[in-house]
Amino acid sequence: MTPILDLRSVSAGYGPFHALFDVSLSVQPGEAVALLGANGVGKTTVARVATGLIAPSEGSVWVNGTEMTGAATFRFARAGVAHAPEGRSVFATLSVEENLRLSFRQSKGRRGVAPALDQAFTQFPSLARRRRMLAGDLSGGEQRMLSMARVLVEAPRLLVADELSLGLAPIIVDEIYNDLARLRSEGTALLIVEQQISHALALCDRVVLLEHGTVIWEGPTEDAEARVVAKIFDHAAGEEPPA
Amino acid sequence: MVLATALGEDLSRAFLQGLPPGSVYALIAIGFVLAYKTSGVFNLAFGAQAYVSAALYFQARLEWGWGILPALLVSVFILAPVLGLILERLIFRHLRTSSSVAKLVVAIGLTVAIPSLFDVLVGFEPVAGQTPTGIIPGGASVFYQPVGVYAFSRDELMAMGVAVVVMLGLAALFRFSGIGLQMRAVVESPRMTELNGIQADRVSAFSWALSSVFAGLAGVLIAPRFNTLAAPDFFNLVVVAIAAAAVGRLISLPRALAGGLGLGVFIAFANTFLPEWALSYPILAPIQDNVAPAVPFLVLFALLVLWPAVRATKEQADPLSGVDPPPPSLASHERSAGLTVATRVFAVVFFLTVGLVVFTQADVSWLFLVTQSVILSTLFLSITVITGLAGQISLCQGSFAAIGGFTVFQLSDRYGMSVLVAALIGAAVAAACAALLSLPIRRLGGVWVAIATLAFAFFFDAVMVKLPWVGGGGTSLLQGTRVPRPTIGPWDLGNDKAFLVLALVVFVVASLAVIQIREGTTGRTLRALRGSELASQSIGISPARSRVMAFALSGFLAGLGGAMLTMHQENVNYTLNFSPFAALFWLVLVVSLGSRTVEGAAQAGAAYALFEAIVLRGAVFGWIFRNTDRIPGIFPISPKWRFIIFGLGTIQFARHPEGLVEFNTRRAHRRAEALMARLGRSRAASPPEPDAPVTEESVP
Ligand SMILES: Nc1ncnc2c1ncn2[C@@H]1O[C@H](COP(=O)(O)OP(=O)(O)O)[C@@H](O)[C@H]1O
Ligand SMILES: [Mg+2]
Repeated sequence: MTPILDLRSVSAGYGPFHALFDVSLSVQPGEAVALLGANGVGKTTVARVATGLIAPSEGSVWVNGTEMTGAATFRFARAGVAHAPEGRSVFATLSVEENLRLSFRQSKGRRGVAPALDQAFTQFPSLARRRRMLAGDLSGGEQRMLSMARVLVEAPRLLVADELSLGLAPIIVDEIYNDLARLRSEGTALLIVEQQISHALALCDRVVLLEHGTVIWEGPTEDAEARVVAKIFDHAAGEEPPA
Repeated sequence: MVLATALGEDLSRAFLQGLPPGSVYALIAIGFVLAYKTSGVFNLAFGAQAYVSAALYFQARLEWGWGILPALLVSVFILAPVLGLILERLIFRHLRTSSSVAKLVVAIGLTVAIPSLFDVLVGFEPVAGQTPTGIIPGGASVFYQPVGVYAFSRDELMAMGVAVVVMLGLAALFRFSGIGLQMRAVVESPRMTELNGIQADRVSAFSWALSSVFAGLAGVLIAPRFNTLAAPDFFNLVVVAIAAAAVGRLISLPRALAGGLGLGVFIAFANTFLPEWALSYPILAPIQDNVAPAVPFLVLFALLVLWPAVRATKEQADPLSGVDPPPPSLASHERSAGLTVATRVFAVVFFLTVGLVVFTQADVSWLFLVTQSVILSTLFLSITVITGLAGQISLCQGSFAAIGGFTVFQLSDRYGMSVLVAALIGAAVAAACAALLSLPIRRLGGVWVAIATLAFAFFFDAVMVKLPWVGGGGTSLLQGTRVPRPTIGPWDLGNDKAFLVLALVVFVVASLAVIQIREGTTGRTLRALRGSELASQSIGISPARSRVMAFALSGFLAGLGGAMLTMHQENVNYTLNFSPFAALFWLVLVVSLGSRTVEGAAQAGAAYALFEAIVLRGAVFGWIFRNTDRIPGIFPISPKWRFIIFGLGTIQFARHPEGLVEFNTRRAHRRAEALMARLGRSRAASPPEPDAPVTEESVP
């Protein structure tokens, strides 16, 4: 089967700084992959390469069988790769409704906007109540919901989600993971970057462990659990994890 | 009863009279808001774009004899959008994720460069007194009196009609079309827009084309108001229009329209009633004479300072800015100690050689230019402090310098004070003014500081300079603001070489002071502030206080430079030296060549005074051939190239904020160090592995 996302020996960085070294990673259609690792190991950088936000300095990026190395970000989006970036992921200067309009207009065309809006607002009544509010004035949880609403209405082929749970209340995190599970059942492949590993492990089939910008382990979730837990705790104790 | 009717008639006449200029302000304000909303650029070059279309229109009509329609088509609907597309493609596309201050600086550079570039390319020469014509026949000669009381010309009606129609059209575009939303999204975060599958480049190209057409249209419509077509007048209008746009917090098109009309009417009221009231209340007379021309600048300043809503429209940072690598640090902080010594030795030898040549060989005119460049270097250090160290754009350094100059003039003229003492007092007065000015604006964000200082510069220009106790009033108009050269004991600095020595001493002392401050606590504080205001507040740095300090110091240096310039030219020469538009060019020069280092200021000083003589008049070839007759025929090149080259030079500010000098220094350092490494390695037995550091770097 052609993977929906395929990174082949990718190296990438920021100006003179190298963040990723020879990373290979693939996501099959409908599969859910968790990308785990301590702070600063390069998870976000992988997510950025996978969604076209930065071009790799070496190696290649394939989406659904087509080479996309160095292609513009919007081409990744049009090929069905959606990204929920780290931190704020909505337009703060646009209203809630305008945020949704912007993306529906692109994906569904002029006529598709109104039904898509209806769908989003029935699924997220709290957003409907705030539709005229500036998205920048929403709480962190509501902003997350807004970016999820966008994705849920127009299920992409692949969603790359970077630390969705960061700074959110546990109830909201649960809610967001419910949404992700639903997306999965609709056939969307997931690449999940997470610090809260329990949620990620419950959702995903496969785990990729990253350290110092390289993949140090990958395998099915069942085999990963002990290893991941050990790794995180070892790190907390300041020791090197087992190779 | 009679009085009431009279008052009523005056009122309505003033009201109607205010509408035509008001609609001109409104046109530009709407265009400015449009550009800001759709490109995120605080586009001070809007006036320059308007100028270009207006100039082409009149060149085509008057010189080439074209009809109205083809001239309008080419100037507004072809040239303007093409210019906008070029600006977007070559410049602003690459700056989308730069700071708003960086974009503002580039826009200032373009303000200086674009009109000159156009004039040179098209061969346009503004002719004094040749009144441009409008876009409808009989625009200035056919009048209508729709309400009685006041007669509108066709041109005026046209401008008003276009302002209203365009505002409605744009409002509809934003409300009903997808592109309006996309343009706003791109302004906040081009990358996040692309994540939605939208091609950000295309959207921003469209927005630049649109706002440029609008600039061109505004230019052609308002040109008939001017006696002579001149780029600074357009710039002036833009500043007035910003006041109108600020009423709508720079984002509301309808309020920009209302703000423009309101401003026009308000000024008309002031012009109608103040003279009447001044007859009965003499107290009002000075206000009537002085304040009326400055109303827009006062309004702008007051809006910025008093209305929190304007300041609150700080742009949202791009949430995806973390994708960009961090900016580099100063080259001199990275270089090795050996290289530092080597560059210092080289600099000293170089300047001693130049100095020797100047003192033994130069004639009067070269001596003048060299002295001027040294003085300007001192003056430009004030920009090093405020822009390079504090990261603020001040557009009123010309006013501070003029304060220094005028103080010397007043003190020596009225009290016969020694000019050297007066120069120090002048610098102190300028420092005090700068500190005072910085108090109300100390909490404004970067772009707003630039606009507030610009408003101050225009206020100074319109009001202060005309006051007898500043600019000297009527007598100086006849005699000029004359100032003698100083004498120190036995040395008469009327001698040009002696004065050059004084200028050099002042520059060296000022440079050492700036370096001292840059490397000291204040410098570190300011650097921290430039990095992140919030972060530095949380470690107990007060941004307000350091900012006031930076302004005071900068004002002092500017005042000192202005005083020196005045003594050197033995005249203040306000318009030539210190007008707001001239001061824009200073900023452009310093920023182009390097706003963070003393070398940058020195090179900017040299460039200002010497570039024209050496490069544009071809003197350099005269030296090479040892014969001024053999300077190639293409010289002299138009002095406008100075504006073009350095104006466009600001573009690299956004990419290399350290400036050209720094950029080249850094490159030279890298090469020198590579060379030294290679030399060292060929001698050493085991060469170090060049690729080894990569893995070290990768470890966070
Ligand atoms: N814009 C940037 N410029 C320079 N270095 C960066 C930038 N963004 C991230 N880095 C560095 O790249 C490395 C990987 O970062 P990141 O991918 O954000 O890690 P993670 O998401 O795993 O915490 C870190 O060392 C980080 O400091
Ligand atoms: Mg991260």
